[in-house]
Amino acid sequence: MQKKINLPLQEADLIALKAGDRVLLSGVVYTARDAAHKRMIEQEKEGIPFPIDLSNQVIYYVGPTPAKPGMVIGSAGPTTSGRMDLYTPRLLEAGLKGMIGKGYRSEEVKQAMIKHKAVYFGAVGGAAALIARSIKSSEVIAYEDLGTEAIRKLTIVNFPVFVLNDAHGGDVYQEGVAKYKS
Amino acid sequence: MKKIHYENIVEQVAEICKKSNYNLGEDVYSAFKLALQTEQSEIGKEVISQLIENADIAKAEQVPMCQDTGTAVFIVEVGQDCHIVGGSLVDAINEGVKKGYGEGYLRNSIIYNPLNRKNTGDNTPAIVHIDLVEGDSITIHMTAKGGGAENMSDLKMLKPSDGIEGVKKYILSIVKEAGPNACPPLVVGVGIGGNFERCAYLAKKSLFRPLGVRHEDPVVAELEEELMSEINRLGIGPQGMGGSTTALDVKVEVESCHIAALPVAVNLNCHASRHQTITLT
Repeated sequence: MQKKINLPLQEADLIALKAGDRVLLSGVVYTARDAAHKRMIEQEKEGIPFPIDLSNQVIYYVGPTPAKPGMVIGSAGPTTSGRMDLYTPRLLEAGLKGMIGKGYRSEEVKQAMIKHKAVYFGAVGGAAALIARSIKSSEVIAYEDLGTEAIRKLTIVNFPVFVLNDAHGGDVYQEGVAKYKS
Repeated sequence: MKKIHYENIVEQVAEICKKSNYNLGEDVYSAFKLALQTEQSEIGKEVISQLIENADIAKAEQVPMCQDTGTAVFIVEVGQDCHIVGGSLVDAINEGVKKGYGEGYLRNSIIYNPLNRKNTGDNTPAIVHIDLVEGDSITIHMTAKGGGAENMSDLKMLKPSDGIEGVKKYILSIVKEAGPNACPPLVVGVGIGGNFERCAYLAKKSLFRPLGVRHEDPVVAELEEELMSEINRLGIGPQGMGGSTTALDVKVEVESCHIAALPVAVNLNCHASRHQTITLT
């Protein structure tokens, strides 16, 4: 079954999502990976607010390739989310409701997701040219000096993801592997 | 003495940087098609379908199949009877990487220093391994090696008493630990023997062998088959969401080592196993 969800995430939609669901996302997401996360958290400690309002928003962990002339964005598949784990609980506390990436999350992140009601989506790692087709606009809105790691505002339409961790503790990695181990 | 020109090396290296990132090899593409038939999980099948469609788009539009266009890693066999004119071999390779990554709209993922983390802006320096061989030609093997799978790689100095069972157990533990992070279905590269640094190199080198090609030593080939079957029983599956296709292939390289040693290195590669070879004469 494939669900269609519009962003920003509404609580009713979010709560209904279960690990393993196939979802097509449409709306706005923000990109941020290692360097942008580090800067957001470090600057906040110095009293500088986050460059985006995270309330009900979704962050996509991606560092795209440069766009060829005439294209909106280059190839843009997910990077490994675990490298952002150190910073994620604070972002969830600040209102972040969704993340798109790939790979395991830490126990701290999974607990924070349950506490703050958030969902972790997985896009197919390495399907970057396919994924780029569902990105309709891209604009750097902060940290331009970080190049591929800058924060971009993306408009996506029918962006294909799976629910990896839901807001209730469901985990497709654990459930899926247990099912096919022989 | 045969002369090989600096500019020729630059041009050819630039071309293979682009080609490797745009065109998934036939070996990997065929492995995807086969996996689509054999994969047991529905989510796993969906993942593999997306990867096939992705490879088709990348090739048709000449865009990178993955946004991580990798560290450019080279193994260069230099014939001892050839003469490189116009500059050094390593400079020519770096110049080619800079040109290929720039012209090809590939991502620059290399930083000057792991501690200050500032991007070099042109994906150089490349990692270049040089083997001096007989003959008067230069053969350049290149791979664009992704960071996610590289991060889940590992090396361990086992004890000789650990034996072959210990080696297998260790390799399986690394694949299991990597789970979804290394972007399965994987190509698992293994080095056994040599010494500390040589063992890691052997694991990397094994990844340059095309999928489906077994080691020429039947004993090593059998080990590759056994590992393949055991890894695919771990249940990790495509993208780690469960399934029967965890590895597309397993490659093992073995070399002599010290009587006290049993070094084993596991270099994981994601499904975007991008390798190209050219010979300059």
